Amino acid sequence: MSTVLERVTKVIVDRLGVEESEVTLEASFRDDLGADSLDVVELVMELEDEFDMEISDEDAEKISTVGTAISYIESKLN
Amino acid sequence: MRKLEGKVAVVTGASRGIGRAIALKLAEEGAKVVVNYSGSQAKAEEVVAMIQENGGEAIAVQASVSKTEEVTALMNAAVKTYGSLDILVNNAGITRDNLIMRMKEDEWDDVLNTNLKGVFLCTKAVTRQMMKQRAGRIINISSIVGVAGNAGQANYVAAKAGVIGLTKTTAKELASRNILVNAIAPGFIETEMTEQLPQDIKQGMLTQIPLAKLGQPEDIAKAVAFLASDDANYMTGQTLHIDGGMVM
Repeated sequence: MSTVLERVTKVIVDRLGVEESEVTLEASFRDDLGADSLDVVELVMELEDEFDMEISDEDAEKISTVGTAISYIESKLN
Repeated sequence: MRKLEGKVAVVTGASRGIGRAIALKLAEEGAKVVVNYSGSQAKAEEVVAMIQENGGEAIAVQASVSKTEEVTALMNAAVKTYGSLDILVNNAGITRDNLIMRMKEDEWDDVLNTNLKGVFLCTKAVTRQMMKQRAGRIINISSIVGVAGNAGQANYVAAKAGVIGLTKTTAKELASRNILVNAIAPGFIETEMTEQLPQDIKQGMLTQIPLAKLGQPEDIAKAVAFLASDDANYMTGQTLHIDGGMVM
């Protein structure tokens, strides 16, 4: 079973077409990974599918970096 | 070759008038149609029956477009029944005509809630599915009075003008995902809604129409089928005036 980090990284690499090495915890989707606002919305949709969870619009707005995505998902899984 | 073979369409307010003609036309072009209605269940079932008799597929789903939960249920029903959602036609609309100085606040609110907020809610509810598909068509039924104004219809006109602005914004937001959004502004079309107008007003309107006749619901339905098809692949954010030349 892959870790949350590995699964999130894969979704980001597939969706945004970036190198795995660029996907660091501090990386901002918009500033560092070249995502526009729609890309971020889609990314959140794919994370919902990947982890079989619903992410509310309010929570989604707080997800702006790889790290915030991972900590949010981990908090929901526990 | 039919234009919309295998596509799935949701048409709001499809039990009567222009919506009914749109539902029938899209089905004729091969689309599976979700016939939405608010109150007229029998009329909606009649539309479904007509489509089925012609060998098409359709279901009737009740939902008030101004209520988020009902809109969500409507779009879910489409995806659950037919597996995708390719075409949304925001057609549902009401009138509560009055002069501004006599217009009650609830007359304003009712019309804005159905005719403008309803378009927003339905659009919002389909974006997720259409973004995933990387394809979709949204066709909003505005009105020529939303372009030109009309005494006695401040609420309706404001809502229909709002729909044109909403169309342009939705088109810009979703273009990169291959979701094309256009509006149609019908002129004076012969339906139950326009039947209610006094004879002298009807006569007055006729004099302003270069083609000197009323439009038929099918005139609008054909344009919707065009905008929903591959023939309109390079069009988004536009408003088609189908009004016999009334407003140029």
